[in-house]
Amino acid sequence: MSQEMPTADARHAPAETSPSTPAPVIEINGLAKRYASGFEALKGVDLEIRRGEIFALLGPNGAGKTTLISIICGLVNATDGQVLIDGHDNVSDYRAARGKIGLVPQELTSDAFETVWNTVRFSRGLFGYKANDAHIEQVLRALSLWDKRKNKMIQLSGGMKRRVLIAKALAHEPQILFLDEPTAGVDVELRRDMWEVVRELRNSGVTIILTTHYIEEAEEMADRIGVINRGEIVLVKEKRELMRQLGRKQLTLQLQRPLASVPAALAHYPLTLAENGSVLVYTYDASAAGEGDNAGISQLLNDIEDAGIRFKDLHTEQSSLEEIFVNLVRERQ
Amino acid sequence: MNLRAVKAIYRFEMARAGRTLLQSIVSPVISTSLYFVVFGAAIGSRIQEVEGVSYGAFIVPGLIMLMLLTQSVSNASFGIFFPKFTGTIYEVMSAPISYVEIVLGYVGAAASKSIILGLIILATASFFVPLRIEHPFMMLLFLVLTAVTFSLLGFIIGIWADGFEKLQLVPLLVITPLTFLGGSFYAIDMLPEVWQWVTLANPVVYLVSGFRWSFYGISDVSVIASLIMIFAFLAISLGVVSWIFRTGFRLRP
Repeated sequence: MSQEMPTADARHAPAETSPSTPAPVIEINGLAKRYASGFEALKGVDLEIRRGEIFALLGPNGAGKTTLISIICGLVNATDGQVLIDGHDNVSDYRAARGKIGLVPQELTSDAFETVWNTVRFSRGLFGYKANDAHIEQVLRALSLWDKRKNKMIQLSGGMKRRVLIAKALAHEPQILFLDEPTAGVDVELRRDMWEVVRELRNSGVTIILTTHYIEEAEEMADRIGVINRGEIVLVKEKRELMRQLGRKQLTLQLQRPLASVPAALAHYPLTLAENGSVLVYTYDASAAGEGDNAGISQLLNDIEDAGIRFKDLHTEQSSLEEIFVNLVRERQ
Repeated sequence: MNLRAVKAIYRFEMARAGRTLLQSIVSPVISTSLYFVVFGAAIGSRIQEVEGVSYGAFIVPGLIMLMLLTQSVSNASFGIFFPKFTGTIYEVMSAPISYVEIVLGYVGAAASKSIILGLIILATASFFVPLRIEHPFMMLLFLVLTAVTFSLLGFIIGIWADGFEKLQLVPLLVITPLTFLGGSFYAIDMLPEVWQWVTLANPVVYLVSGFRWSFYGISDVSVIASLIMIFAFLAISLGVVSWIFRTGFRLRP
């Protein structure tokens, strides 16, 4: 990405509120959806999205991610509940609410015979904005689409089409951007590019909500993570906090000689013995390692040496968001 | 009113016609010309004048109506069905626009295309037969009202259809038979008496009759009846469209 993302004007700037009490840009209360088939896609979802954050919505297939996004964006009618977009009800005040939102859908839908330029320009008009070719140019350049502007959609690769959909969503300078599975079926390099684009957007003040089932993506990008399963929000947490609370880190030492018990000199460490005393396991908070009164690994290793314990090998491992997620979803089932 | 959105949809739809100029303009013109050659010249030369109008000239208003009805329905139904089919409709549904604006954009474009086409065919016809238009204003009124009404009908069909087969079904099974039996090629009193009565149940008869009256001042049914019929049609179509939008039928589950 050689170009800066088009910076939003002042009204898009992140709110100058303290991090503890940011004004939510989206408020969802008791949102429920029962389809005509009787399928209950959402069962009373409450959720607040903070201004300027990247929020990742995780969940297995069929959990309700797309239904939730579709209701917020006006594609699906809710059975019950309310959605406020920057204070505007998305049903009774749909013009104000929808105007603030850009949506990049999961499916690569496009008008096959339309050019990139026309299709992005159309999007801006559709949202009631005055034509602004300079802005469209800026968006296309930022997404490396400028060279392709005269191409028909049908001539573009999947990754390029995805970019065009993002460009269409950005054509009306939205404050909130929904990315539904933005990197599904996108190669690794393009995925990195996409992440870069999203970061630049966030830096310009746009709130971003992305759904994904690539945990890696959420781990890489998100400020906060919400997990949805079977139509219910199971958890919403700061990514760091989530990693700390649920993401245990373990140091495993293969001992030269098995121990019968943990020596008294090491009793103040959370140590356990495994495999008949031949393995010593130290469990600690990943994010707290080496901080404050948690003396950290080097102190532990010193103490172990002082206690006369010798080890052959060691390794550390950290539970990834994926494990956390799998555990969460399994617990609920 | 989000006029820019209406304009965006309208222009998008008109551009689609521009890209497919051959199908949109040339083919209806050619098929209408064929009707003139076959019915007007070949068969028409053996038919006496109908109420003082040569047969070739007599069928012009009916032919324009025939084309207007089929093109309005197919244009408008395709215009809304296709984005539904490809999925691009998501953007329209997520945009800050009202149902009225969506209809104005799509139906407006479809009706415009039909009207332009109608005028082109009228011009084409003038090469084949001597034309006179006694009530030009009423002629335009019938043209516009019919184009709008049947574009609305097409819009409804396009939303209702969940596959290409259904998209073809109504035009094929309903519109085409009704137009062929709607007095495009004959005056009602040329039919046996029983069929004259049956024919009066065909709404297209009123449209063709009214339209023909605006040309030659001759009609099968009274002009007032024709006007009442087309406004009733318009009202029914508008009612159905508003029901569709109120319930989100097939658009917003």
